[in-house]
Amino acid sequence: MSTDRVVTGAHYGLRDWLAQRITALIMAVYSVIVVVVLLSGQPITYGVWRDLFTQGWMRVATLLFIASLAWHAWAGVRDILMDYIKPAGLRLALEVLVVLSIAAYVGWTIQILWR
Amino acid sequence: MSDAAAKTQARRVRPKYLNLRALLFEIRLPLPGWISILHRISGAWLFLALVWLLWMLDRSLASEAAFDRIKHYAGLWQVKLSLLVLVWAYCHHFCAGIRYLFLDLDKGADLATARLSSWLVLAASLALTAFFGWKLW
Repeated sequence: MSTDRVVTGAHYGLRDWLAQRITALIMAVYSVIVVVVLLSGQPITYGVWRDLFTQGWMRVATLLFIASLAWHAWAGVRDILMDYIKPAGLRLALEVLVVLSIAAYVGWTIQILWR
Repeated sequence: MSDAAAKTQARRVRPKYLNLRALLFEIRLPLPGWISILHRISGAWLFLALVWLLWMLDRSLASEAAFDRIKHYAGLWQVKLSLLVLVWAYCHHFCAGIRYLFLDLDKGADLATARLSSWLVLAASLALTAFFGWKLW
């Protein structure tokens, strides 16, 4: 029986790979929309900026963006850690740190959007 | 010494493992390889900078006074330069990412097209960075 299974990887499968591509598309569409909105509107004052982020669609779209970013970045950073960090303990510690950071960023974004 | 033996001799001095010297002077990465490593570097960089970007978004939406402070902060040349690097990272990651989506669908995977699209990614991301830099300031 093989005992050299890598414990600090992920699911050895397709899910994160596919999710990374789907989330990429979501973020790409969001980016284009936001750039068009910002470039086609009035000069950005505090009022314009705040009104943009209090609209329902913008809140939901931004939440969708940060959720996509969370999954996308997790897959990407995990790939980098698997490529360059070989000691399992250190890799696991960094992976935990990354997951906690990403969770905190999502929570923070929700707080920013619905304050 | 025969021609073949000379070639074997020459092949023997190729780098056997990665080190800084090999990375900088001995390994000539083809353009699609550069696009690839820059995609990784820009992605890592964006992830590391996320906390800073979120902080600026948080402050800019906190109050009118905080918005004005962030606007002033974003006008400092060090901040401008950092933001411009991140704008490039985003544009490069975006353009290269779209190229990879096409490659995943087996579109443009032949050598000539892959090289051409690499140049396009490089040029488009730099042009977009210049455009946004000009728009922002």
